Amino acid sequence: MRAIRAGDNRFTFRFSGKEMHTKGVLKEFERILGKENVFSEETDLHAYSYDAAVLEPVTPALVLRPVTCEALGEAVRVCGENRLPLTVRGAGTNLSGGVLPKKGGVVILTNALNEIVEINEQDLYAVVQPGVVTAKFASLVESKGLFYPPDPGSQAVSTLGGNVAENAGGLRGLRYGVTRDYVMGLEFFDAGGALVKTGARTVKCVTGYNLGGLLVGSEGTLGVFSRITLKLIPMPAAKKAMMAVFSDIRQASETVSAIIADKIVPVTLEFMDNFTIRAVEDFSGAGLPVDAAALLLIEVDGHPAQVEEEAARVEQICRKMGVMRIQAARDAAERDKVWEARRAALSALSRVRPTTVLEDATVPRSNIPAMVAAIGEIGKKYDLLIGTFGHAGDGNLHPTILSDRRDAQAWSRVEKAIDAIFEKALELGGTLSGEHGIGAAKSKYLENEIGRPSILYSRRIKAALDPENILNPGKIIGG
Amino acid sequence: MYDMKRLADLVKSLEDSLAVCMRCGMCQAVCPLFAETGREADVARGKLALLDGLIKEMFKDPEGVRERLSRCLLCGSCAANCPSGVKVLDIFFDARVILTGYMGLNPVKRAVFRGMLAHPEFFDRLLHSASTIQKLFLVPSDDFSGLSCARFSLPGLERHVKALAPVSFRKSPGRHTPGNASGPAVAFFVGCMVDKIYPDTGHAVLKALRYNQANVLMPEEQGCCGIPALASGDLETFEKLVRYNLERFDPAGFDFLVTACATCTSTIKKLWPRFFGGREKARLDELAEKTMDISQFLVDQTGLIPAASSATGHKEPLTYHDPCHLKKSLGIAAQPRRLLSANPAYDLREMNEADRCCGCGGSFNLQYYPVSAAIGRRKCDAIIESGCSTVATSCPACMLQISDMLSQAGKRIQVKHAVEIYAESIRFRD
Ligand SMILES: Cc1cc2nc3c(=O)[nH]c(=O)nc-3n(C[C@H](O)[C@H](O)[C@H](O)COP(=O)(O)OP(=O)(O)OC[C@H]3O[C@@H](n4cnc5c(N)ncnc54)[C@H](O)[C@@H]3O)c2cc1C
Ligand code: SF4
Ligand code: SF4
Repeated sequence: MRAIRAGDNRFTFRFSGKEMHTKGVLKEFERILGKENVFSEETDLHAYSYDAAVLEPVTPALVLRPVTCEALGEAVRVCGENRLPLTVRGAGTNLSGGVLPKKGGVVILTNALNEIVEINEQDLYAVVQPGVVTAKFASLVESKGLFYPPDPGSQAVSTLGGNVAENAGGLRGLRYGVTRDYVMGLEFFDAGGALVKTGARTVKCVTGYNLGGLLVGSEGTLGVFSRITLKLIPMPAAKKAMMAVFSDIRQASETVSAIIADKIVPVTLEFMDNFTIRAVEDFSGAGLPVDAAALLLIEVDGHPAQVEEEAARVEQICRKMGVMRIQAARDAAERDKVWEARRAALSALSRVRPTTVLEDATVPRSNIPAMVAAIGEIGKKYDLLIGTFGHAGDGNLHPTILSDRRDAQAWSRVEKAIDAIFEKALELGGTLSGEHGIGAAKSKYLENEIGRPSILYSRRIKAALDPENILNPGKIIGG
Repeated sequence: MYDMKRLADLVKSLEDSLAVCMRCGMCQAVCPLFAETGREADVARGKLALLDGLIKEMFKDPEGVRERLSRCLLCGSCAANCPSGVKVLDIFFDARVILTGYMGLNPVKRAVFRGMLAHPEFFDRLLHSASTIQKLFLVPSDDFSGLSCARFSLPGLERHVKALAPVSFRKSPGRHTPGNASGPAVAFFVGCMVDKIYPDTGHAVLKALRYNQANVLMPEEQGCCGIPALASGDLETFEKLVRYNLERFDPAGFDFLVTACATCTSTIKKLWPRFFGGREKARLDELAEKTMDISQFLVDQTGLIPAASSATGHKEPLTYHDPCHLKKSLGIAAQPRRLLSANPAYDLREMNEADRCCGCGGSFNLQYYPVSAAIGRRKCDAIIESGCSTVATSCPACMLQISDMLSQAGKRIQVKHAVEIYAESIRFRD
């Protein structure tokens, strides 16, 4: 057995069942990063054994916190040379176990790499380091009259590196797309620590393979981002929010389709089911109609005149579809109130029971009623509380299962319910995950969705780019 | 060696509260300590995970967990913003009590808490003597703010400290205020820092209460609220102090209990009743119910008698810092601002992030001065940027930290308690 010693702590790196040659590796890391940025005490290691997914923790052997991008590259290189599995961690908010390390592996933190290198107001792009927090970036961009639309619910803490690696979405996906649509260029370290550059600062770029396309959403399995160039757009001048209340979920869903068929693309078209409405009302007493079957929160934006016109048309359509009640926000305070209800959804639900499993099944828009009905039946069948809210415009639902992980019997029902939800989503022509990624939690379901050949093709890519399988091994495609 | 299995059983009592954390990580956005260090073990999610780890017997030695748990400002920013409603501070206090009960109190703390703090009269005498000999050790560093620094240069003593008051507030002349016998009976819990470091704040409280027709009750012998002991997990000293104070503040004897210390207020309201049972708990609940911050009393209960206006043309720009234990623990933010606006000589201008923690965190400041100071410097920058000549707040601990930071930055910005600002404008007709 080979182990390295540092003070009183002994480390053994294990990988693929074999113990790796690690003599001096710790020293090497300390030299590159500074002693204070290499964590090896058992308590620190344990603090990097989880993310926001409900999974068993896995403790790394070592945690590194590079404070420069060069040091990040060096750290990757040393991992590569020593065949140490490495998992990059941004804010650790992903919901699919994406930052659970391989046992005995290394976790590399990006939160010290948090510089916004450039915001170019002329050419409408920004260059950032991977650890920049999404909301900080978005608000700086906004202070310059520009707009970076992807706004995951975790944006107050999530990192842009994590957003790119998960291809994060948000509330504005319907009109503005997701993170992928804003990545113009990437610099990343490959498995050997070499710096690869792809994309450009120009709108058009056809130089070489579209590596960015491959790396976005790769969940840390193909490269480690060190610099990201993001597209910015002008800030829309006006916006208007509305809340529409329906007595029938089908009406709500048909309204969504009718709005889009009328060639209106709202920024957001959010949905809440009755269970969620009641939970939010219990939690915040905002005055939501607790007998409503569904709520739609709709916001349109653009030029002031266009916003007024579209809002009026949306209202008309809602009425035609038989809305119970529709209410447009007249000012910023009322608009805030509308969104408060949506923002409170997760808080309200998560307080019902100790364990909250936030799922991410996504179906074609028109199948939302079928999916919501199926979720209702699954909840009944497995005797579970499930609240559903989500991005109706994208068909991206978040069935939220409320349970108690410590109750083994209930937990096995939760697991069965998750299986059933995925099965149904696929059956309805949907996908396992609209935005939360596959990570460790869903890789076993992947084959069902994309088929064996796609998995094998992906594995061949992975094997070619990362022959020692050190970059976040086991995620997405298993192995 | 410690029996980790037995410790796991003890920590298991927290399991239900711990299970509420869904590891969403949203506390990273608000934890002032995490903002400096970026270390997961410094933020609530990490600490809660460590406690889970103790239950699962993941660790060989509890010392690491204890150390990380004590690296915390107990500011409650995490709890106030937690989507899941995790009672983070309750868990942290309970865990500290469990760990200290199991591992023992460190000798220095034992001497300070059990030997001095737990005996209020002795503690008073001791600090009185200390205030007379402190001149041997301190040299004034800043005439403007009255702060001093150490006479001898020792590593870690770069801070600028406020010396102990020569005469403590509770022993000072002028402490007897007749007030209005027919007004509401208001007990004044002074707290250590107002008593021994900021007697002016105490006098301002009395003046304001009297002006607002309260009938003031101030037991001369009072103890510490107990928070330093509880924060170190010393339940024994904490309980002793609570009982000592309960004897002197019988809730049946007054309508309200006020303090000018955000930390005392939140301790009396939230922590005193938590660790007691039976009749004691009932009385402590009643006491908690009657307890409020001085600004809350003046604004909500008396309607705040406006000062005889002496409005001149020029108004001094003034900014306000929200103490965590007032805003985040108790939701009190509007009342102190009303108090400030009642003085026409000032113009209240908000600083950026007025409710961001000042970094003091009680003994955190002593144990982890460099990071405490780093957090304090951010506060200090926000105050300086506001362009104000005075900063007011509602907690003497914040005042101490902010004074230290401003003084080190060489800024001549006055630090005052909100009630002092209000009291300045009061002119008695008699
Ligand atoms: C309350 C809550 C709400 C959420 N709402 C949404 C939402 O609306 N939409 C949405 O899409 N997601 C949402 N999420 C999921 C999650 O926040 C996103 O996936 C986010 O992008 C993760 O960012 P992070 O910085 O936390 O990344 P982490 O969780 O730390 O990492 C995620 C993945 O990215 C990889 N990675 C991180 N940095 C790098 C890098 N520099 N180079 C290479 N790989 C890297 C990691 O290895 C990992 O596989 C939510 C999560 C929570 C807890
Ligand atoms: S303490 Fe609250 S905010 Fe922090 S991770 Fe747990 S649930 Fe989320
Ligand atoms: S109490 Fe304050 S310092 Fe402690 S974990 Fe919570 S936010 Fe951080």
